Amino acid sequence: MTLHDRLLALDRRWVFGVLALFVIIPLTPMFSNFSVPVTPVKEVREIYDFIEGLKPGDYILLSLDYDPGSLAELHPVAYAMLEQCFAKRLKVITLTLSQTGAQMVEEAVKDVADSCKLYHGFTPERGIDYVYLGYKPYPGLIILGMGMNFRIPFPQDYYGTTLDSIPMMRGIKNYDNVKAVINLSAGNVSDYWVADGNARYGVKLALAMTGVMAADYYPYYQSRQIFGIIGGMKGAAEYESLCKNPGTATEAMKVQVFAHVVIIIFIIIGNLAYFLGRRQTAPTQESR
Amino acid sequence: MKRQIPLVLVFVFGVLLAIQYFVPSEASQRGYEFVLDWITIIGIFAMVLGIWSQIHVGYNKIKHRSEDWQYSVVTLVSMFAMMFFGLSFFGGLHGTIFRLIYNNVFIPIQATIFSLLAFYIASASYRAFRARSAVSTVLLVAALLLMLRVIPTGPLADPINKIGNWMLLVPNLAAKRAILIGVGLGGVATALKIVLGIERSYLGKD
Repeated sequence: MTLHDRLLALDRRWVFGVLALFVIIPLTPMFSNFSVPVTPVKEVREIYDFIEGLKPGDYILLSLDYDPGSLAELHPVAYAMLEQCFAKRLKVITLTLSQTGAQMVEEAVKDVADSCKLYHGFTPERGIDYVYLGYKPYPGLIILGMGMNFRIPFPQDYYGTTLDSIPMMRGIKNYDNVKAVINLSAGNVSDYWVADGNARYGVKLALAMTGVMAADYYPYYQSRQIFGIIGGMKGAAEYESLCKNPGTATEAMKVQVFAHVVIIIFIIIGNLAYFLGRRQTAPTQESR
Repeated sequence: MKRQIPLVLVFVFGVLLAIQYFVPSEASQRGYEFVLDWITIIGIFAMVLGIWSQIHVGYNKIKHRSEDWQYSVVTLVSMFAMMFFGLSFFGGLHGTIFRLIYNNVFIPIQATIFSLLAFYIASASYRAFRARSAVSTVLLVAALLLMLRVIPTGPLADPINKIGNWMLLVPNLAAKRAILIGVGLGGVATALKIVLGIERSYLGKD
């Protein structure tokens, strides 16, 4: 068996092993000073600029519709964005349309609210500065219902408090009362937000999503049905850099860079082996 | 009757909701809210049906010792355990045990499964991205450029970023838009066929 035959028939476990190694290496102390330069793209910057342009007391709705599987890519955006909103003293309505995300999102919102004391000198209060509505099934219906009145799908918040007895929700009826909806999603919930939230109720919408999903939503960005996209770890790191709040996404970019380099090297090796194999088989065929 | 009633219901609600979308009156809004309530109620029944189906399939697998029946044991035990610890007696969703399992079992499992994707993508890229033809070479170059976007490439970073963004905003967008419009038109056609009773496969065979 020649070298290129061996390479072409390489056991996938070698690929897994090498990739695992190069995912771990950048996390070692040896690479603690290594950082990846991040340049925010327009579609990420637009979301940041929009939130920065809001006035204290403006309402914003963050729909954190992802499950723990996508935590690595979307939690950094959620943390950076929540902190930005709290620091701007916006009123933040949060909810999740992911059935396995309710507790995770609750902890994220509480985490950020608690950390504000340390970084911004005040603690946002539940019911006054933010509200967490929790989870309800059937995202399309929930989005349509909220378009009429938040109280239809969410008569109470996650903790069982009726919406009318929550100070910041008094007089807040539907999307007309919020400046924008930012949807962080790891599934097709974004489709519902575009089709039902934006198309039906005209809500100003931006999306943050996993890297594999992002390419699918650029048509909505170009048609301005959404005013920004944050795609995957790269987008999350860009958002963190805009917020001057480097977190796990900025750190994880090191791992992503190493992983991509390994994959590119494997692709090059695979192609070299393929062409070597073709060159060697070509004269044999001629001689026949 | 078994077939006529569903067909009439689908026709009536299909036509009414299509009209409702374009009539922003108070009565139409109330009718719409009423229908939304009904969808939620039907959805809850569907959930009960789903849980029952899961129990039924799992139980039969265990009973007949079908292939991989052990997984069904894990599924059913986990399902009942989460239901049990989610009861209000244990504090419901805010209960300590429920949270403990959620944070220390569920989150790591889900995160691990999703992370495995990276390894499969690496292996698939190694095998699939070969410059076998002109089309596959285009695919290969596009994939490499998009991957290079996140890598610090010094003076090449700016042109690579520009090319990557152009690929996302021009060829990718054109293809996606064509697919979206196609899917949208297909959806309208299918909806019309269902509302008008031409497409009846959802009624089953009986």
